[in-house]
Amino acid sequence: MKTFHIGGIHPKENKLSKGKKIEIAPLPQVVTIPMAQHIGKPANPIVAVGDTVKVGTKIGESSGFVSANIFSSVSGTVEKIDFFPNIAGFKQQMIVIKSDGTDTWEDTIDRTDTIVNNMDFTADEIKAKITEAGIVGMGGATFPLGVKLSPPPGIVIDTLLINGAECEPYLTADHALMLEKAEEICIGVELLKKVLNVSTAKIGIENNKPDAIENMTKTAAKFSGIEVVPLKVKYPQGSEKHLIQALTGREVPSGQLPGSIGCVVSNIATTFAVYEAVEKNKPLFERVVTVTGTALQNPSNLLVRMGTSTADVLAAVGGIPENTAKVISGGPMMGKAIQNLDVPIMKGSSGVLCMTEEEAHRHKESNCIRCGRCVDACPMGLEPYLFYALSKRKMLTELNEHNIRDCFECGSCSFSCPAHKPLLDYIRLGKANVMQMIKKQEAEKAQQQEKK
Amino acid sequence: MTIVHSILLLCIIGVIAGFALYFVAKKFKTDENPLYGEVESMLPGANCGGCGFPGCKKFAQMLVDSPSLEGLNCTAGGSETMNKIGEFLGKSVQKAEMRVAVVKCKGSCDKRPKTVNFEGISSCAFVATQISSDTGCSFGCIGLGDCERACQFGGIKINPETKLPEFDSKICTACGQCAEVCPRHIIELRKTNKKDMKIYVGCSNKDKGAVARKACTAACIGCGKCAKVCANEAITVTDFLAYIDPEKCKLCRKCVEECPTGAIIETNFPPRKKKEETTN
Repeated sequence: MKTFHIGGIHPKENKLSKGKKIEIAPLPQVVTIPMAQHIGKPANPIVAVGDTVKVGTKIGESSGFVSANIFSSVSGTVEKIDFFPNIAGFKQQMIVIKSDGTDTWEDTIDRTDTIVNNMDFTADEIKAKITEAGIVGMGGATFPLGVKLSPPPGIVIDTLLINGAECEPYLTADHALMLEKAEEICIGVELLKKVLNVSTAKIGIENNKPDAIENMTKTAAKFSGIEVVPLKVKYPQGSEKHLIQALTGREVPSGQLPGSIGCVVSNIATTFAVYEAVEKNKPLFERVVTVTGTALQNPSNLLVRMGTSTADVLAAVGGIPENTAKVISGGPMMGKAIQNLDVPIMKGSSGVLCMTEEEAHRHKESNCIRCGRCVDACPMGLEPYLFYALSKRKMLTELNEHNIRDCFECGSCSFSCPAHKPLLDYIRLGKANVMQMIKKQEAEKAQQQEKK
Repeated sequence: MTIVHSILLLCIIGVIAGFALYFVAKKFKTDENPLYGEVESMLPGANCGGCGFPGCKKFAQMLVDSPSLEGLNCTAGGSETMNKIGEFLGKSVQKAEMRVAVVKCKGSCDKRPKTVNFEGISSCAFVATQISSDTGCSFGCIGLGDCERACQFGGIKINPETKLPEFDSKICTACGQCAEVCPRHIIELRKTNKKDMKIYVGCSNKDKGAVARKACTAACIGCGKCAKVCANEAITVTDFLAYIDPEKCKLCRKCVEECPTGAIIETNFPPRKKKEETTN
């Protein structure tokens, strides 16, 4: 069975909401919609306080090439446009909309359940629709899809890969989509194939989801040129670079994007959003979120409107358990602990995970015994123990020379460390410092050139 | 037999290398100004960089080479060292301003409650870059001691109760290492006098007054009362935050009494009797 070659771990899967149908979350009374739900420049608000909006009304305009449009997820009035703390605790511009309870959608959106398979669009039309709908990578990295589909001149895309690995423990949102929306996803794949002008696409699914593999294979047989490839269960297979390695054997060079080796990777949820945007004229304002946790009574896959607060989402599954010590946005490996429950669901929020005191507990750190497990576990072939030591001593040039910027913070090193060293904490600190150093150096260089 | 050969060979190499080094040392001898070494020995040798030069050696060269000592000051050694060097070199020494490091935050644990139970590594820079803040205030002291570790003179201690750094003015050389590592940039090298009397705003929060007050009861809310009461126009309020210009401040202490949140800090003043003015 296919998988990537270097490193990787296998944490306990804990897919508690496996096999649960996608339920529609109750309509929130108030939504707080951030203008920065993607990598790149935040969108510019194009509504004012007091404006009336419908579901699907554009409220944030993309502010550059790497940016995305933002849409209202409820019908009602704009109450506030102000700065609120985001998941990481940093303040960002957000629009607060009070729902009027009627849930009136924009007339252009097709709300019926009928599956539309209209392939009459040209590649540019599809791309324009995707960009307009504000679709970004919904696996967590939130890179605007329109940009991914517009490779710079000189680069030829020959492979389209669809990411159904869902390697994070607990999360089942993509799994649920593959079970219920297989045909829609396949149409989404067809649309992406047309944009990129490629003849085949591969859908990679880890083999802990045999029902999804079976369902997708069955559906894909109705289309031409869609291949479903079962993958060995290994974290972090859902990382773009590792999925490419697992499915094609190619390796993305250090510091470059998948486009450089002719690949485009799209996540299952993103592909579904492409279908909805192109065939149903529906912009991205809701997504499937796995709400889970061992102490939760009813772990579910919920269809949630963007901007719904985490507290509302948890209330929909029976409230937050009393012994919860940490609530994580995303999966347990790469997700971020949120600082308050007002933080809204965004385009990249694949899960809301409640962890009990016992699970969230950090073990006491002891001395490094030079066992090398972190090196074995690192899927990028880096040396986490070395980063730890260098970062602690602020040796930034050395950190950069050892390619700390290639680390994508999957946490395999911290997970495998028998001494419970907070390796990833130090790597993140080191990375932030290295980035700062590079920015400073570049600024100095630019200044010197100006002088010349 | 092999061992004898080895030893002989090593000895021969040693002798050849010795001669080579001797001739090279003779031939390429450089004449360094002997004053450099002497001046360097007068400096504290802390290599703290407070003077703005990379280490004491470079600073000593600067002192000897430059025609006047204007703008050159060893913060660690203080005026005593500078006077000695000035006398030795026969150059007049400018009287340098006395400065000490202060932290512009009064947000102790009781005044600024924690909103997040932070469990990560003990580094202010980590908190600042990853989670913004573990309290409601994203401008104030994080209290994990990056400055304490940066101070090579041992002049900074994090108070375990308040979780704020305490600076020992007697030890502080105003080298600025702590100010450089502080990710919030809230450490200021502040003008002081012989008795170390100084007045400064103990807050760095630029949020609107209500937001700042909610996060911390000792926050500057930008009300501007202090600016109004100041007779010397030393206080300016920008971004809901007051700043006292040390050059204009006459240490009258009126603002300290006026501040509704008690955000203004006075140090080493005699206890107040009536409303009397102490001047520098």
